[in-house]
Amino acid sequence: MYLGIVQGTVVAERKATGLEGTKLLLVLPVDDKGAATGDVQVAVDTVQAGVGDLVYLVGSREAALALDPWFVPVDAAIVGIVDGVDTPGSLRP
Amino acid sequence: MRICKVLGPLWAAAKHPMYAGKKLLVVQPIDETGTPIGASYVAVDSVQAGTGDTVIVMTEGTGVRQILKLGDQVPIRSLVVGIVDAVEADAR
Repeated sequence: MYLGIVQGTVVAERKATGLEGTKLLLVLPVDDKGAATGDVQVAVDTVQAGVGDLVYLVGSREAALALDPWFVPVDAAIVGIVDGVDTPGSLRP
Repeated sequence: MRICKVLGPLWAAAKHPMYAGKKLLVVQPIDETGTPIGASYVAVDSVQAGTGDTVIVMTEGTGVRQILKLGDQVPIRSLVVGIVDAVEADAR
């Protein structure tokens, strides 16, 4: 799992079967200091996150397992909203 | 698996139900000399690891599901599975 900052929402009216009703957010993957670790990506939200939230995500096949039904074409899912990180020099949510 | 250093705990009130009661840690992958390699990430703890510990982290979902025994629909990919006491490696 990895940290990310929600930067926006993605609206897609026509989606693959299984993705109906899912909320898609634009997320920048970051490390514990807030430095970007990759490019902005689209993730399915399971915890009602909002723009500006620090979240953690699960990637790859396990992202689909966060949804019900789980056999859906996603590779990143937001599974928690971070309230605090206690690491040296860490960012604040 | 990867050797990592535990940087510290992470709190989240709003989370996926499968993460209920799970302790989350921020871990930094390191090499055999302790030098950081790559970006830090988040892992679930299964061995009562603490800040500063050197640990073994598994980052493969099927193995995680076998260990946690919570069924087949567990969206967890990184799990701390051991606390490292010592690493011996030949000098390069």
